[in-house]
Amino acid sequence: MSTNAPAPPQARQRVETPAAQLKTPRKKRTWVAPVLLILPSIVVLMAALGYPIGWQFITSFKKFGLLQQFGAAPEWVGFANYIALLQDPYLWVVLGRSLLFCLICAFSTVAIGGGLAMLMKRVGTAARLILQIAMLLAWSMPVVATMTVWIWLVDWRRGVLNWVLDKFGADSIGHNWLASPVTFFAIAVVIVVWMSVPFVALSIYAGLTQVSAEVLEAAEMDGATGWQRTRLIVMPLIAPVLSIVLLLQLIWDLRVFTQIKLLQEAGGTASETNMLGTYIYQLGVGSGDFGTASAVSILMLIITVAISWYYVRSLMKEEN
Amino acid sequence: MSLKSVATSFYTLLAVVIALAWAFPVYWMLNSSLLPNSTLQSLTPTFLPFGGSLDNFTSVFKHNDGSFFTALGISLTVTLSTVAIVLFIAFLGALAISRFRFKGRKSFILALLLIQMLPAEGMFIAQYKMMSSVGMLNNVIGLTVLYTAAVVPFTIWMLRGFVAGVPAELEEAAMVDGLSRTQAFLRITFPLLAPGLVASGVYAFLQAWNEFTVALVLMDGENQTLPLWLRGFVQSSATRETDWGMVMAASTLVAVPVIIFFLLVQSKMSSGLVGGAVKG
Repeated sequence: MSTNAPAPPQARQRVETPAAQLKTPRKKRTWVAPVLLILPSIVVLMAALGYPIGWQFITSFKKFGLLQQFGAAPEWVGFANYIALLQDPYLWVVLGRSLLFCLICAFSTVAIGGGLAMLMKRVGTAARLILQIAMLLAWSMPVVATMTVWIWLVDWRRGVLNWVLDKFGADSIGHNWLASPVTFFAIAVVIVVWMSVPFVALSIYAGLTQVSAEVLEAAEMDGATGWQRTRLIVMPLIAPVLSIVLLLQLIWDLRVFTQIKLLQEAGGTASETNMLGTYIYQLGVGSGDFGTASAVSILMLIITVAISWYYVRSLMKEEN
Repeated sequence: MSLKSVATSFYTLLAVVIALAWAFPVYWMLNSSLLPNSTLQSLTPTFLPFGGSLDNFTSVFKHNDGSFFTALGISLTVTLSTVAIVLFIAFLGALAISRFRFKGRKSFILALLLIQMLPAEGMFIAQYKMMSSVGMLNNVIGLTVLYTAAVVPFTIWMLRGFVAGVPAELEEAAMVDGLSRTQAFLRITFPLLAPGLVASGVYAFLQAWNEFTVALVLMDGENQTLPLWLRGFVQSSATRETDWGMVMAASTLVAVPVIIFFLLVQSKMSSGLVGGAVKG
């Protein structure tokens, strides 16, 4: 797979001109075939997502309380849920926490992943393979299994982490890392970065292998220093890969749920460690407050779309 | 020794050290799964499973009358159905957007991109309500439908890169030779798409096999997928002094099949991810 694929305009020419010349009578029907082809995806997406999105949106304007748990119809309250939420300091705490967590994780992941990709490019085949296999091991671990192992690693009594720190004289045996929010999040960041770096490192490495050696040699002969070659040739060429992995990390890290939920179950205090995902879960599944839970998810959707809007627009421009 | 070779050996050493550190949690899971709980209870960790046994695994199989196998069956059913349906649907969709220009094509692509941004955690209450209203709660078919919809958009995106990678000229040449458009596609292009289908299939497999959130909300009681089963297993073990040996054996059973499968097909997988994601 190369990243320098034919641009869409060429594809358009290719498909339409010769095919249309060959089979002129087909031209009338050209919309039938593609529509039939995308129909199954549309049906599945509508069935699984159309109704829930609509329900979520409508429910965010309704009030659910104790009466509703006994079967009364929820009352239509307009923007009351949103207004209450925006005035609730706790939402801002959760939101700020989520955004900070997301930024720290996404940027560290891309920085470390980029560094490892460059390391893979520099070393010989054997060392590169060893590094790649380690990355693949971490990448393919199912998230629930990953969380279980990490919780065992940081276990307060017999975890390896405390043992190692103790060997270095930190007197940490018996320290519960998940009990305090700050160390809870430090552990969460380490775990999330550990699981996300492989995808980023391997993607950037794949991007780096596309940079032609001849161009770099030519630049070297023209007297460009190593740093100049990196900045002026390599960086622009892998910029598309960098920006897409960063965007994906931002989106994925904003909606982190499983990791936080399982860490909370292992000993974190929910109210002090909630992020958007676990907050919605707690509101909806935990307290049956579907109205507020829906309003939080609509806010979360707006934030996600806002983060990715620039990227979506640039991709759609390419389609023209 | 020249400066350059000093640098090279330094980088090689660095790469190996990082690799070992990165793989350590996976190693620790395997190592702990082989050790008896009495050894794991010691305050000094045991770093090599000398004298280890498979007893933990036997205990996991016997736990709750073999609930592991029930969960394995459900996970396999949901995952394999999802992969089959996703590949079929996504293949048609990818074909439509890379080989045809039609009205609504751009809206369709935009919808695919936006759906990937929908926070799954923001939708599970609505999905729970929907499934409960059609009587599909706690139901393998219901779960398969939701997984399919969650995986299809990215799979179309990925497959589209592969379809675009096969030059349409090949088909056109076959059409000049007298084949119909469908025939040309089936005989010329389709065989060249095999690696793309494998890569997308693996992607769909991993997503469905590892999914936790939707299953947590939708499934109940005995009807568990493996990730749910593992969580329940950890919880039931944590009420007493945690039996880490058994918990790690259980994690190993959930993780190792996926790891092996992944290592076998990874080269196609990563190039596919990058190619599909980066292609215009």
